Amino acid sequence: MWSIISVLVENKPGVLFKVTHLFRSRNYNIDSISVGITENPEFSRMTITTSADEKQLNQIIKQLDKMIDTVEVKLLEEKKSIYRELVLMKVKITKPSDIMEITDLANAFKCNVHDVRKSSIIVEITATPDRINAFEDLVRGYGILEITRTGICALERGVGNES
Amino acid sequence: MEKMSGARSLMVALEKEGANIVFGLPGGANLPIYDELYKSNIRHILVRHEQSASHMADGFGRVSRRPGVCFATSGPGATNIVTGIATAQADSAPMIAITGQVQTKMIGRDAFQESDIIGITNPIVKYAFQPMTASEIPEVVKKAFYISATGRPGPVLIDIPKDVQQNEAEMIFPTEVKIRGYHPWIDPDIGKIERAIDMLLSSERPVILAGGGVIISSAFAELQSIAELLMIPVVTTFKGKGAFPENHPLSLGPIGMHGHAEANKIMVEADCVLACGSRFSDRSVGTFEEFEKNLKIIHMDVDPAEIGKNQTTHVAVVGDLKASLRTMVKMLIQKAAKKNGDNPWIKRVNETREYFRQSLKLHPHPLGAAKVLRKLREVLPAQSIVTTEVGQHQMWASLFFDVIHPGTFFSSTGLGTMGWGFPAAIGAKAARPDVPVVDIAGEGSFNMTENSLAVSVLDDLPVIVFLLNNFSLGMVAQWQRTFYDRRMIGIDLKNCPDYVKLAESYGAQGIRAESIDEIGKAVQTALKSNIATVIDIPIDPQEDVLPFVAPGTPLKDMILPS
Repeated sequence: MWSIISVLVENKPGVLFKVTHLFRSRNYNIDSISVGITENPEFSRMTITTSADEKQLNQIIKQLDKMIDTVEVKLLEEKKSIYRELVLMKVKITKPSDIMEITDLANAFKCNVHDVRKSSIIVEITATPDRINAFEDLVRGYGILEITRTGICALERGVGNES
Repeated sequence: MEKMSGARSLMVALEKEGANIVFGLPGGANLPIYDELYKSNIRHILVRHEQSASHMADGFGRVSRRPGVCFATSGPGATNIVTGIATAQADSAPMIAITGQVQTKMIGRDAFQESDIIGITNPIVKYAFQPMTASEIPEVVKKAFYISATGRPGPVLIDIPKDVQQNEAEMIFPTEVKIRGYHPWIDPDIGKIERAIDMLLSSERPVILAGGGVIISSAFAELQSIAELLMIPVVTTFKGKGAFPENHPLSLGPIGMHGHAEANKIMVEADCVLACGSRFSDRSVGTFEEFEKNLKIIHMDVDPAEIGKNQTTHVAVVGDLKASLRTMVKMLIQKAAKKNGDNPWIKRVNETREYFRQSLKLHPHPLGAAKVLRKLREVLPAQSIVTTEVGQHQMWASLFFDVIHPGTFFSSTGLGTMGWGFPAAIGAKAARPDVPVVDIAGEGSFNMTENSLAVSVLDDLPVIVFLLNNFSLGMVAQWQRTFYDRRMIGIDLKNCPDYVKLAESYGAQGIRAESIDEIGKAVQTALKSNIATVIDIPIDPQEDVLPFVAPGTPLKDMILPS
């Protein structure tokens, strides 16, 4: 089961290490992790995605909650959250018409195109993992040279019970 | 506000926390701390190896129920206490480990005696601090004691770079600290306790499983009230041994790999268990799947992460165990819920206990473990504190040494650290100088920290080492006999050293006891003389610990003596 966990942590050195070490030492799996400072500089927010069964997920949340440097741990429901990932993809250009075709695809996916060259082009896509995978499938035929991903970042919709 | 060095502020903060004793060994990176220790009223116990300092602090902490403090220098000093920290973490013991670190400007440069002790110990501490300025120290110490002692206790590390010890700063000593992400006080849910009571009352074959949490929270009286009001038999985990008087008519003793046969049998037959402060370790439950079959589990624990970790629970009550049990007692009295022992379950419990007591064959050797340990029990005052090392002797202690006075038995049950018992006993003696302290030991374990004899003698912390000497690593030998077709390797200790001479060379008393009668006399001599004593008891190297639940098998498949 793919799950998104949002963790508000103390913004201080070593906390990312402790969180990732917890996953390692208890044999949990991190699919992606993104970390950044929040509106309050005392806190950072981590978005962790993980594949775990319900029992294990329950444990992950409890063990994260038990950590003294975590202030709030939430399991996000997909339907009640906005979640996105940013991916930069370097695609191979073999013939001049590839540029136009890839740019068209990119437009269809509301992506930005950067660094257009004779032999490669970089596409920036910000979307849900499903859409990113769909785009990746479409451009795979051209040859993907390099990919870098930020990992999912997510926020719950609304305030309090609104979500 | 007062201006002082970081090291001085550490001493002031420790004194404010009531720490009047520290166990440690100085070195280059903690000398400023030791220089202030010289000027303070805190008693220093000089160990011969830092590992023992951590075990002494652990033993002190478990017995006094406030954090024991140990000091070590940077690098190897710090890495030497890693086993002690892991042991304290595995058994939820309150402890503060204070290490010196290289100067802040040298950190990360692979300096002499530099080790990243914060990184090394991350998964085995409850929390760790590394103050980078002197002014942080008072608050760090306050927080360290708060975290270590509250909720589910555990070890806290404070790693202080040498220049931070030396630097002067205006110090503010907080009287209270709050930590946003730490909420150790959870009020037990009354509704859930109500459900737990209903479940216990409606079950036909209930059992109480008392874990180490009962001892940590000192909930002995509450536990006993519930057992007696509802006439529920009590089994314990090994860590919970002595949470309930083992001579009580409702007591069945520890369950698990080397649990009492009657305890395992009744645990398997039960239809409902009230588990108090237990984490359902594999050594206690056999296999998780089999254990929870046809069993309604009520789980009370201070740590929410323990709920559902190993076993599926039907009712979970999270909160301080003493508070939860006290509430339960009150509700039982209000409801006038009371059962008498005249029912088929109690009859079955008594018959089972009687059956195994009559039928289980004890080892025929004149110094069989049962005879030896029952003799110790006979001559040792009930309030004495007992620790153990790790191995066969430990499991024999579990089987044959009844704990009468709750909360007087301590062992490295989670990590299973050989060499723990003796220094922990010295720490226990420092906490309770008024009672005799005995380390039930095997020579394989005792070898690992026997140099603490110097501490026991020189620091006037006399401990009796009750040494069951089978000239081998007995538990490993038993596994090789049982699971490896008697291919014996790496177990023969060849009767070396001579423990009487060893004890004497440290200025301790060494007594060899070769009969049950001599054992009784030796213990009495040790108790009377009140000096550190090693009682060397040559037992039979061939004796196995039985009953035995093989690893990875359910409790019902326990192997009985043939």
